[in-house]
Amino acid sequence: MPLDQSFVGRIWPPTAPYLVGREKIREFARAIGATDAEYHDPEAARAIGYTDVVAPPTFPIAITMSASRQVVDDPALGLDYSRVVHGDQKFAYTRPIVAGDALVCVNSVDEISSRGGHQFITTRTEVTTEAGEPVVTVWSKLVQRAEES
Amino acid sequence: MTDESLEPQTFRVTRADLVRYAGASGDFNPIHWSERIATGVGLPGVIAHGMFTMALVGRAVTFWAGAPDAVVEFNVRFSRPVPVPDTDEGTEVVVSAKVKEVTAEGHTRLSLTATCNGDKVLSLAQALVRKR
Repeated sequence: MPLDQSFVGRIWPPTAPYLVGREKIREFARAIGATDAEYHDPEAARAIGYTDVVAPPTFPIAITMSASRQVVDDPALGLDYSRVVHGDQKFAYTRPIVAGDALVCVNSVDEISSRGGHQFITTRTEVTTEAGEPVVTVWSKLVQRAEES
Repeated sequence: MTDESLEPQTFRVTRADLVRYAGASGDFNPIHWSERIATGVGLPGVIAHGMFTMALVGRAVTFWAGAPDAVVEFNVRFSRPVPVPDTDEGTEVVVSAKVKEVTAEGHTRLSLTATCNGDKVLSLAQALVRKR
């Protein structure tokens, strides 16, 4: 069954604020082997101009993947998650995330398409502060693979 | 200078790394930790999270750029899985980059390549970094 095209252009209500913890950034940095001091030590981060430990560039996915369930888990979309693989990923940064940020996600769908039995959906998540200041925009393209015939 | 190549960065990836990344990122898809489920859906075995591979590429980009806030844009296409065998050695991902252009704003566009066992695992991978 094709994905519901009416999802394209829809904008979902903002998610509840995600409070970025210092230990979460440290845990994420450790998990990807990022050992530089600015990811772990607030003093080292402040010394180079951040207000607290700074998140590595792909950290936003830890927030947006869960936020975008608002879209991809909606049964009306018709996405079969067991056949989904990650196709493309893009980040456009206004500034890096730092510990202490309270971040809100606004999801929308940029594109739904199909090719050769595969179906594609591109979600866009605008990540901002509670005051609406932009932090990062995150695009994820998911591929629902064709069913084996 | 365009077409300048940056020093390749090599990252070792083991099953333990995938478990740690699953916990830290919240991505518990079993194809990244269960051989049974991974092979059941037609994969060669447990594969790395695409976002774990992208995170390693991000480490290389921040190393080249000199700071995490020097990255302005970062995008990849996951073109091939990264199988991670259940061995002490795991596998290796090698990340390399070429300077493609300096934009009108003075940013540097890097064209990125990540390989595993000699195969390219990403395509259309780029980062735009701010000059320091």
